[in-house]
Amino acid sequence: MESLINMVLLTLLAATTIAIVGQRSLLGVVILASVYSFLMASVMIVLDAVDVAMTEASVGAAISTVLLLGALHLTKTREEAPRHGRLLPLLLCAAVGAMLVWGTLVLPPFGTPDAVIHQHVVPRYINETVRETGSPNIVTAVLADYRGFDTLGETTVIFIAGIGVMLLLGGLRRRDRAQDSAAEDQR
Amino acid sequence: MEALLALVDHYNFVITIFLMVAGLYVVVARSNMVKKLIGLSIFQTSVYLLYLEPGKIIGGTAPIVDPKFTLYSNPLPHVLILTAIVVGVGTLALGLALVVRIHEAYGTTDDDDIADRNRDE
Repeated sequence: MESLINMVLLTLLAATTIAIVGQRSLLGVVILASVYSFLMASVMIVLDAVDVAMTEASVGAAISTVLLLGALHLTKTREEAPRHGRLLPLLLCAAVGAMLVWGTLVLPPFGTPDAVIHQHVVPRYINETVRETGSPNIVTAVLADYRGFDTLGETTVIFIAGIGVMLLLGGLRRRDRAQDSAAEDQR
Repeated sequence: MEALLALVDHYNFVITIFLMVAGLYVVVARSNMVKKLIGLSIFQTSVYLLYLEPGKIIGGTAPIVDPKFTLYSNPLPHVLILTAIVVGVGTLALGLALVVRIHEAYGTTDDDDIADRNRDE
């Protein structure tokens, strides 16, 4: 049953992706990207990744959509027809896809409990988390305790990205104001 | 029949690879920069799937310890992907800020238009 729901949701994801590739109106693309993120969050619920699903629904479907709509408000909403041939990109994608299929052929089937991924450090996390950290949520314990340095790196990246956005767009506002005052001077 | 069963077992990987290739195609073949960024985030989310799908155990439950359950899905990919989602929105915001500045400087968000203009000058 779980794998059936998973397959249906994945098929919907693929359909949404095809629609995104074909859509020329960028506004439509943004809405479809939001739908895509919500479907992705549903897939994550089926995969038992509830924390990730919550983050994807709030960050992927909400914040990303707001950012994209803001950018479209400041730029153009229509995509022009491509001028180059499609043959080269299609060949490249086919080659990459073939390599990926070749690479995943030997991976264990969906949902098997004795796959290699479940043998390494994970039993320790599951068995010792409550005793060692006191948190019943294993994901929180690993995020904030066992792999705390990862989270520090993540916040550093977000901080740097925030500085970058402020530097790039801060100039925009200053120039707008300069243009306004120049226009007023002319009057 | 055997091939069909293999396809069902690896259906998650088939879709993951399809999403990855579709994202790559949008990034390479489309010249509009906003569309390119959306293609990039499709590529990114397909990587989330690549990590999360093998972590699922059929009959398992979300990795929150409770005496009622004994089988939990793998929590490690969840942690890694939580980090990846947040970093992903950071890169998207930075990319969109660059697109807005490029639009201000060139009056277009199309890659080919900008290349043409630079060739003319």
